[in-house]
Amino acid sequence: MDYWLIGELAVTGALVGLMYALVAVGIVLVYKTSGVANFAQGAIAMTGGYVAWAIAILFGAPMWVAIPLALVAMFGFGMLIEHAVLRHMIGQPVIMIIMVTFGIEIFLRGLMPGIFGVAVKRLDLGIPQAPLFLGEMLINRAYLVGGLISALLIGGAILLFNSRAGVVMRAVSDDQGASWSVGIRVERAIAMAWGLGAGTATASGILWGSTQGVDWSLSLLLLKALAIAILGGLDSIPGVLLAGLIVGVCESLATGIIDPLVGGGTRDIVASVIILITLLVRPYGLFGREHIERV
Amino acid sequence: MLYRRAGIRHTSYRAERALWPLPFDRYLVTAVMLFMLAAPFILDRLYVVAYLLPWIIWSMAALGLNLLMGGAGQIHLAYGAVMAIGAYTSVHMVRAGIPYEIAMLAGGLASASIGIVFGVAALRVKALYLAMSTLAMQYIVDFVISHVPAISGGTQATIQVPPVRFLGLRIEGDVPTYYFALAVCVVITLFMLNVHRTSFGRALAAVREKDYAAEVIGVDTFKYKLLAFWTSSFIGGVVGSVLVVCYLRSVSPDQFHIELSVQIVAMVIVGGLGSVLGSFFGAALILFTPIILNNLVGTLASSAGLALSADLRAHIPLMLYGALIVGFLVFEPLGLAKIYDNVRNYFLVWPFRHARR
Repeated sequence: MDYWLIGELAVTGALVGLMYALVAVGIVLVYKTSGVANFAQGAIAMTGGYVAWAIAILFGAPMWVAIPLALVAMFGFGMLIEHAVLRHMIGQPVIMIIMVTFGIEIFLRGLMPGIFGVAVKRLDLGIPQAPLFLGEMLINRAYLVGGLISALLIGGAILLFNSRAGVVMRAVSDDQGASWSVGIRVERAIAMAWGLGAGTATASGILWGSTQGVDWSLSLLLLKALAIAILGGLDSIPGVLLAGLIVGVCESLATGIIDPLVGGGTRDIVASVIILITLLVRPYGLFGREHIERV
Repeated sequence: MLYRRAGIRHTSYRAERALWPLPFDRYLVTAVMLFMLAAPFILDRLYVVAYLLPWIIWSMAALGLNLLMGGAGQIHLAYGAVMAIGAYTSVHMVRAGIPYEIAMLAGGLASASIGIVFGVAALRVKALYLAMSTLAMQYIVDFVISHVPAISGGTQATIQVPPVRFLGLRIEGDVPTYYFALAVCVVITLFMLNVHRTSFGRALAAVREKDYAAEVIGVDTFKYKLLAFWTSSFIGGVVGSVLVVCYLRSVSPDQFHIELSVQIVAMVIVGGLGSVLGSFFGAALILFTPIILNNLVGTLASSAGLALSADLRAHIPLMLYGALIVGFLVFEPLGLAKIYDNVRNYFLVWPFRHARR
């Protein structure tokens, strides 16, 4: 086997994995604060991509205006989802809450292509197409930039959890009732987490949109993001970083090595297999807190 | 108005345990059943084949999933994959010359035994993990079916279903397939109606309400969760087999993608978790609303000169499923069945509202 090829697959996979991890950060943020598993994250990333495209193309705004605008709009959208839907579900069984977020995923998956059309939208961030040579390895510049920005944003999320706002969110995640009694605004912290989750999803939607175009298939990021979130441990942000690298590298190697043997398509099930293995071996993930349920 | 009763008052245990305690319900069920039996003779062929038959089959699927989601409170996002396993197993067995009576049950068994593997992975932990594991199951089963030529005959392949006989009767043509699907539907419906009255059904209800509380009173939670998973997957496999034999008549991998799973989940939630009647309501709403809405939008577009793109119209079903799931969970978590119940309970004692039962 050609070592340069494996190296190239691994590096590309790691960068792609970081971009997947950016979607997963939103899931972890929301789960950590409110205990809700957000199955709408893939569609929110897709919506973010569409919104950025709409601002850039339909209103003719330059990219450096469109992207912050899209991030702000989607931050508001995340808070809106929390306010309009999730708040009504407090106290309901977990199965209902999961289904509500899944319903949002399906709704957005229909709404966005319905409004803007199914054709793939080009989102040009101005990253040159020419690959970067590292020895004999070809590295796609879009993945490189995307991976680095994702790593920066995930690092930012870790820092955020050590700031004042982060301490508030951690308190809420620990015990909502206790946080309430010491004067923390629990609803606001949860809304904040949803807003941030939608914001990171949008960032990844834009990055993915710039590499493969914006269309409904961006919502398939949900499965990869779930795999990363569950492998890293649902309540650990550093776990997301490592799990993202693992999932990305596994997927890239599987595509490069197993695909020629079985005739393609392995990319789509690597995430599923990782979810299953994690659940069988270590359901709380690499860094997740082992949850003890008291009767 | 129609009932003229001052509430439901039973005078014997027998009356209380009846499947349909109200005389009106009994008459309604009889009337619906007579109508369904007479449908091929009084309705146009188009309505029977294009509306009633899919409604019966999708209702069966919703019933099977409802046993798991409503009965045991477990989530399952891969019911389409479960049906695919049953469909492919029975089609291959029929093509190998095995009688359909056996092939249908074998399809159910195959679904149940493969489905349970994914259940075991997740049932040790919480509902959330089950959702993820079943979502993974959907993609893995899709991949295996389309990438193993021995099963699907290649990625783009379609396998024709040969004509089958069931207990000596040929299931071919519109009327026999309709009656066959109806017969299976009646069996599954009777099972679902009665399961609530068995120890199995009661154990499931206990698990659904609070799993560790059920454990405390001596219900083996893990065993009953697995049993619910097994039974539900078995029904799913049988329904998948009926679906391809009676309705699709050929089987290809793209008929059982995540869209089918989403559709059935939407039916269960819209209809009402845990309600047999609701499964029928939900299936009808989810199957027919997109058609009606599309026609409505089409006529509106042509009469009012409203230019709607084909893309928008193609995505109306997805939007509708999502909006219905969210809307029902937020405003009426118990679904259409609960709405029906409310209306019935209102008219039950009308005009003596103070005599609510």
